[in-house]
Amino acid sequence: MTAQTLYQKLWAAHVVADLPGGEALLYIDRHIVHEVSSPQAFVSMRESGRKLRRPETHLGVADHAVPTRSPRADGVRHGTIEDAQAAAQIAELEANVRDFAVPYAELDGPEQGIVHVIGPESGFTLPGTTIVCGDSHTTTHGAFGALAFGIGASEQGTVMAAQALRQKPAKTMRIALEGQRHPLVFAKDIALAIIARIGADGAAGHAVEFTGEVVRAMSMAERMTLCNMMIEAGSRVGLVAPDAVTFAYLEGRRLAPKGENWTKAVAYWQTLASDEGAAYDRELVIDVAEIAPQVSWGTTPDQTLPVDAPLPDPAALPDGPAKRQAEKALAYMGLAAGQTMASVPITHAFIGSCTNGRIEDLRAAAGVAYGRKVAAGVKAIVVPGSAATRAAAEAEGLDKIFREAGFEWRLAGCSMCVAMNDDRLAVGERCASTSNRNFEGRQGPGGRTHLMSPAMAAAAAICGHIADVRSLGA
Amino acid sequence: MTQPLTTLSGHAIAMPEENIDTDIIFPARFLLITAKAGLGRYAFHDRRFDASGAPVEGYVLNRAPFRPEDEAAPFIVAGANFGSGSSREQAVWAIAGLGVRCIIATGFGEIFHANCQRNGILPITLPADVVAGLMEAAEGQQRFALDLDAQSLTVGNQTFTFDIAEERKLSLMNGWDETGLLLHQYADAITAFETRQQAMCPWLYAKED
Ligand code: SF4
Repeated sequence: MTAQTLYQKLWAAHVVADLPGGEALLYIDRHIVHEVSSPQAFVSMRESGRKLRRPETHLGVADHAVPTRSPRADGVRHGTIEDAQAAAQIAELEANVRDFAVPYAELDGPEQGIVHVIGPESGFTLPGTTIVCGDSHTTTHGAFGALAFGIGASEQGTVMAAQALRQKPAKTMRIALEGQRHPLVFAKDIALAIIARIGADGAAGHAVEFTGEVVRAMSMAERMTLCNMMIEAGSRVGLVAPDAVTFAYLEGRRLAPKGENWTKAVAYWQTLASDEGAAYDRELVIDVAEIAPQVSWGTTPDQTLPVDAPLPDPAALPDGPAKRQAEKALAYMGLAAGQTMASVPITHAFIGSCTNGRIEDLRAAAGVAYGRKVAAGVKAIVVPGSAATRAAAEAEGLDKIFREAGFEWRLAGCSMCVAMNDDRLAVGERCASTSNRNFEGRQGPGGRTHLMSPAMAAAAAICGHIADVRSLGA
Repeated sequence: MTQPLTTLSGHAIAMPEENIDTDIIFPARFLLITAKAGLGRYAFHDRRFDASGAPVEGYVLNRAPFRPEDEAAPFIVAGANFGSGSSREQAVWAIAGLGVRCIIATGFGEIFHANCQRNGILPITLPADVVAGLMEAAEGQQRFALDLDAQSLTVGNQTFTFDIAEERKLSLMNGWDETGLLLHQYADAITAFETRQQAMCPWLYAKED
């Protein structure tokens, strides 16, 4: 047998049939369903009179449109949502999961949260599986050594009825992370630095696998941040081979294998590493010692620089698309060529999202916020990625640290990552954000987004302007 | 299931422009709508209607016989890279909502192309000089005639042939959507896979304790 990469192993283990043109019919083990992208798939199921082939392999939750505040002191959201469209979407999801017998994480229940946070937390996400969701950041689950990718509405209907999808194999790319990083440089900084280097479509068509000592030493949360961001480099699949860190994270989770099955599963998962000598179509080695805290300055995630670097001068670029894009981005963002990001004043700080809404992220931000105050005029919100994360943070007292510093402490949801709920920016407002996309209008029409790590976003909230967290200390 | 597509005839809507992306076809602000039917009214919305909601005079979809209410134009002819950008499937549903079943262009956005085929719409890629000629014919209100089985498109006295994968053709002609086709051809293979996987990875089939 020739040496195989992790991606090739996962692919081979799920081929139902080879199809003409190099495609294959892939078996899909798991499907996560949220309120915004799933309604049409259920409509197709109803129209065609089809049933879910294996309802227990799906997991439903509302996250995108939900408010992260409740008018009630006990935090109950159900029945209190004012936005009629959001309330209707959630009601439709609830009717769909009931009618099709899909397991559902109740809106006010202990497992509600962002799709890519609750999948891992509940043990629904497992190594060696194929996982899909009508959401591009499904790449996140690859951190467990799962083949996980975003799909469209028709494909969701296909997975529901047939438990299989026609797919074309991706090329493979290895990104080896080596070296010693600064303690205030996080997975988010590494991901942004990689995207800035290879471009927003730099990994298009490739399944990216992260390897190297730096990844091995990372928590599952940091591995998830890395894989989550790979879609911003154009890759539909991010991967980290499962190891002892993965197994320790999963053991005892509600849906993780138990007893004899656990032993068998771990034995199988241990085979899911790329073989010695396996060939990748592309390889990249990153020395993390060279990475400083990153901040995006433009309107695509690759328009990112170290916090202390001067912004590009479009006048110095040759005529062409890159020059036009830089000009357009600077104009939209209200920034000048040559200035540095440090000291740019902000109006908002957002700590949360499926990229950085996990307990480790909240700890890093709280470490910066501890004993300090949010600057006057800045609205800073902390939105845990899930109800479980929120409970864990409260058990550690992180909510108190945030509240005392002047941050709002919210209920779980996508919140200000996407302008689909009541948390959004107004025209010209500027946000230090731990989310993943800085597209025009992503956080609200005319809003300006700067992507960064949770520690950097907390530092910006405290200073009232973008700041190098290394000079602040944690 | 979609309507079977075998032959088609009528006018073609000319869109002589490159890179008509899915934001132009279906603006993002309509994405919160949870319906799949009835999206035709949002197709090319910001080209068709001005800020006050009034029809933009002269735009092709506001001119007879190309208006959706005329039900006379089941073809679109467009330039390069039609349907690029965001993966939203609403773009295809909106076009289907106009009554269009066949789009001819010099090239398509990859995801949009796949979404067409999942929704009973035939995308045809033809060389630039041919498309330029078809564009003129469309604007001149000539009738187009498609014969899917013969893989031919006839306009006036000219007939062009096009390529399509056999399986795609079969699905369109039978009105199978992607799911219907898979279930038709691979139901046994899927069951066999599950039997094998359950033996190897029993934990993926365990009921929760
Ligand atoms: S947090 Fe943002 S990126 Fe993640 S699933 Fe929600 S909207 Fe999408």
